[in-house]
Amino acid sequence: MSAEFDSAQKLAEYAHPERLVTTAWLAEHLGEPGLVVVESDEDVLLYETGHIPGAVKIDWHTDLNDPVVRDYVNGEQFAALLGSKGIARDTTVVIYGDKNNWWAAYALWVFTLFGHDDVRLLDGGRDLWIAEGRDITTDAPEVTPVEYPVVERDDRAVRAYKDDVLAHLGNPLIDVRSPEEYSGERTTAPAYPEEGALRAGHIPTAASVPWARAAAADGTFKSREELDAIYRGEVGLQDGDDIVAYCRIGERSSHTWFVLNHLLGFEKVRNYDGSWTEWGSAVRVPIVTGADRGELPAR
Amino acid sequence: MDATTLPARLAETRDDFLALGVRDRLQLLLEFSNELPELPERYADHPDLFERVEECQSPVFIFVEVDEGRVHLYATAPAESPTTRGFASILAQGLDGLTAQQVLDVPADYPQSLGLGEAVSPLRVRGMTGMLARIKRQLRERLAA
Repeated sequence: MSAEFDSAQKLAEYAHPERLVTTAWLAEHLGEPGLVVVESDEDVLLYETGHIPGAVKIDWHTDLNDPVVRDYVNGEQFAALLGSKGIARDTTVVIYGDKNNWWAAYALWVFTLFGHDDVRLLDGGRDLWIAEGRDITTDAPEVTPVEYPVVERDDRAVRAYKDDVLAHLGNPLIDVRSPEEYSGERTTAPAYPEEGALRAGHIPTAASVPWARAAAADGTFKSREELDAIYRGEVGLQDGDDIVAYCRIGERSSHTWFVLNHLLGFEKVRNYDGSWTEWGSAVRVPIVTGADRGELPAR
Repeated sequence: MDATTLPARLAETRDDFLALGVRDRLQLLLEFSNELPELPERYADHPDLFERVEECQSPVFIFVEVDEGRVHLYATAPAESPTTRGFASILAQGLDGLTAQQVLDVPADYPQSLGLGEAVSPLRVRGMTGMLARIKRQLRERLAA
């Protein structure tokens, strides 16, 4: 059972319009059977201050990460989590969140690791919904737990490990961090806490495309034409390219992964979630500083 | 840390959190967040006095005042950052009216004792640890001035 797709004109131009819904669509379909709305925020308490009526909360850190190993939850943990939120394997899931949907895109990407078929983002996220004066409530949703099957996580298609990135060198890499992080002036986003990378700079040959370039002023994704101008025009990505995106811990690059994969239709895009907190501390991996992409190291 | 070094209000807050299950700890943190007082008028127009807590992901600014030997903490953070507001509120309420020495004696790992690691994640609790460290540093600067 799957909710109908949003036929909004803007979405129709993207490669996979079925991966996005507009706020107007969501307002119209709220409460439909077979649809569950999920809020995923940077701030773990923001949902409690008010959320879209009926929406459940999934936290990137306390729900989707394994509490011990630096990895995502396994098939059993994911099944227990989704079942407890009333999500079945055939449920249409619409995810939204704060900060331009960073964490929402990250959650969607984790859902993809488990092959959840119908998962979509709310274009514009939490901020647009509120800016439009739409309903927000602090009432806890009534959730009827359901069975979600235990599905083994399959990382191969959309997740890159450090060794994969080393083997990938020579193919397109997109660094979505701030220009200061890319050049090596700092290891964290401006105004963000230090998260422990020992060296600064970027992976050789990576193109710098800060994630926010894909976002319009109201937090929605830019149009297909604008996105093509950046990623195909400026960066030079071509159909058939094998692409890896990275940032600091993998959340901002989930946003770019979503753009490249679902909006622009690149079929082989992986998110390197270890990102700079791993690469910037790993022993003897190549690093380039400065504003230029840099040369591949001799092998 | 023990009863001899931990001021009563902070000890009470810790006990309140630990008495609750993980879910309810979040609710209590939200209550603290809602209780963070507005800045008094004399400081509202002086953003220059406030120091940004870099360890927090959200913009939060603090200012420590010592008035007749008693410490007062003022903090401001946006409504979209309830977790950070909650952390600031716990400290503002817990430290208010203490002597400078009492504040300096608060264990640096007090934030880790609240049982919030599981509820909000250890990474986020680090923001509160940074806040406490900056409060103490500001206080030392005030005392030295």
